Amino acid sequence: MYAYDDIDRTLVNERVAEFRDQVKRRLSGELTEDEFKILRLQNGVYLQLHAYMYRIAIPYGTLSSEQLRRLAHVARRYDRGYGHFTTRQNIQFNWIKLAELPDAMADLAEVGIQSMQTSGNNMRNVTSDQWAGVAPGEVEDPRIWAELLRQFTTLHPEFSFLPRKFKIAITASAHDRAAIKIHDIGLRLLKNEQGETGFEVLVGGGLGRSPFIAKTIKPFVHGHDILSYVEAILRVYNQYGRRDNIYKARIKILVHELGIETFAAEVEEEWQQIRDGVLKLDDGIVEDIRSRFFYPAYETLPHMPDELRQAAHDPKFEAWRKNSVVAHKVQGYAIVTVSLKPIGKPPGDATADQMDALADIADKYSFGEIRVGHEQNLALPHVRKRDLPAVWKALDAIGLAIPNVNLVSDIIACPGLDYCSLANARSIPIAQEITRRFANHDTANLIGRLHINISGCINACGHHHVGHIGILGVEKNNEEFYQITIGGRADEGAVLGTLIGPAVPYAEVADVVEDIVEAYLALRASPEELFVDTVARLGVEPFRERVYATR
Amino acid sequence: MPLVKGGHIITDEFVRITDDADLPAQGAILVSETRFLAGPDALVSRTGGKLGVIWPNNRDVDDLVPYLDRLALIALVFPSFRDGRAYTQARLLRERYGFRGELRATGQVLRDQFVFMLRAGFDAFDVKKQADAEAFSETVKRYSVFYQPAGDGRISALHQRLQLRHSESAGL
Repeated sequence: MYAYDDIDRTLVNERVAEFRDQVKRRLSGELTEDEFKILRLQNGVYLQLHAYMYRIAIPYGTLSSEQLRRLAHVARRYDRGYGHFTTRQNIQFNWIKLAELPDAMADLAEVGIQSMQTSGNNMRNVTSDQWAGVAPGEVEDPRIWAELLRQFTTLHPEFSFLPRKFKIAITASAHDRAAIKIHDIGLRLLKNEQGETGFEVLVGGGLGRSPFIAKTIKPFVHGHDILSYVEAILRVYNQYGRRDNIYKARIKILVHELGIETFAAEVEEEWQQIRDGVLKLDDGIVEDIRSRFFYPAYETLPHMPDELRQAAHDPKFEAWRKNSVVAHKVQGYAIVTVSLKPIGKPPGDATADQMDALADIADKYSFGEIRVGHEQNLALPHVRKRDLPAVWKALDAIGLAIPNVNLVSDIIACPGLDYCSLANARSIPIAQEITRRFANHDTANLIGRLHINISGCINACGHHHVGHIGILGVEKNNEEFYQITIGGRADEGAVLGTLIGPAVPYAEVADVVEDIVEAYLALRASPEELFVDTVARLGVEPFRERVYATR
Repeated sequence: MPLVKGGHIITDEFVRITDDADLPAQGAILVSETRFLAGPDALVSRTGGKLGVIWPNNRDVDDLVPYLDRLALIALVFPSFRDGRAYTQARLLRERYGFRGELRATGQVLRDQFVFMLRAGFDAFDVKKQADAEAFSETVKRYSVFYQPAGDGRISALHQRLQLRHSESAGL
């Protein structure tokens, strides 16, 4: 956890006061809706189909139990008793009243949560690996750098009115859980030959209408230079990014149109002018931020406690453990993923009661800490292995011991036409139906790791391009149709999926997914070969044949 | 549109000269970038009064650099408050090229941009609404802490914390 100090608290409180004034001026008519729109967006407030939607940042996915309880309070007091976790470590509330928003914001500010720049054409919430600081084999904790970048990007005087939104993600692991290659800037922490900390910097990734995988712009930027290097990228983008067409305004288009070499040269020229200026970091500044992160005092514990050995006789516990529990960097501890993908329910939703109960579980079993991942699941990052059976029971009591992490029913989906004014088609009911088709845990387990991503429109909030199976809602003659891609992935081997054929109507999507999965089970070289590897080996043709043979 | 400078609404001493009008013998003048670039040397050597240029946000400020010490005013343009290119131009003029004259924000200049503009180096504001101009002094006090350093001299939170630490340890 990063602990706010007086400076952080003052800034957030000043932001709340400013927004309160802006809402007041809007309600009195002093501000037009056009003028107010950008101000509310800069504070995470969208106008959706039915009501205002409020998006709150959870920087690098780290939450304290106190903060989670406060989110539960906001869900209960100002919304309809639940919240929705997104693919970028945010939580959204869908039914907030404009007049009450400043109060909700003030309630959150008390526990160090804010919603600055969670929408609008500015630098968005800096995201990272949800297992940061606890995963084995990390170069170092990427959250220190994510926090430095969070502060750098917050209310930046030059880059608060960019051509388009701008997203930064950081990972420090060989296996990328932060999807850095589909971000405007992706940062991979590494050490150079001298053992100094720095970053491989990638630029120009993004999905939406024109999807691109990010390219490496510089193989090593020293940690001390990371803010100036990011500033140089932003400065080039702010001046030359297109503003004539909203669909061509992201940095990925600028990088694509200039070519990565030319773009890199522009950035390099700018960077040389500022690299030794005010943004240069020194060890003192980095250590000061590092010192404000809370790390648990871990005990010395056995690798395999008796409690775990005994619980292994319970097949239900084992089914959950195998999919939800992964190795922790400290012996005797584990990281527990809490699936927010119950069968037949909207992906990523949690009720206020579940949030409160999970906060209690975190206090008792995870040093009061909760993580939020881009797969729209939560995690308890520091659970003693001997407590795993107790955690499982406690999660089960609130309906959150769902044994489907990384399985076919662990679906990523945007809110879609049920909530969103941009959507062409529904996402949530598609996800619900697919989870019902694969409700049998043994079947899902037999299929193995398989990520399905669903977006209700081309803006790709459900990251459909990089789903192992990607589902994109489109509109044809006022009817919902869905394009299906396969073979995409969002990790270190990020690749865009390939379309398997013509779009199919709403009612057939779950059937098509079943056909694809059956084809995979027949085609895979061994039970160890994952779906996405079978697609990589064989291409889309055998899947296309299977799906369209009878259609 | 009211002009705010030094925290007050003031009368604009600059007179806007259209591209085909004759130059007045006396008084401060403000010309377009087209007129300026058509004959910069004659304009900067005019002795009758100060010179200002309106510079569009889609042209590099590099073209202005040779003349900076002879310009009293550069007016940068916000065609819409959504278009933030002039923030970069302002910082470059102040921080890289050391422009010391008046840097004026023009176009759709609203209350909620004042703090950003001040931090980027603007010191004069052609404010769109009278009420916003009157609220200037109040509005710029909205924020007392700033996360990132810019060229405005305000201390960033990162450095402020280090100073606090040093003074704390010195007091022990």
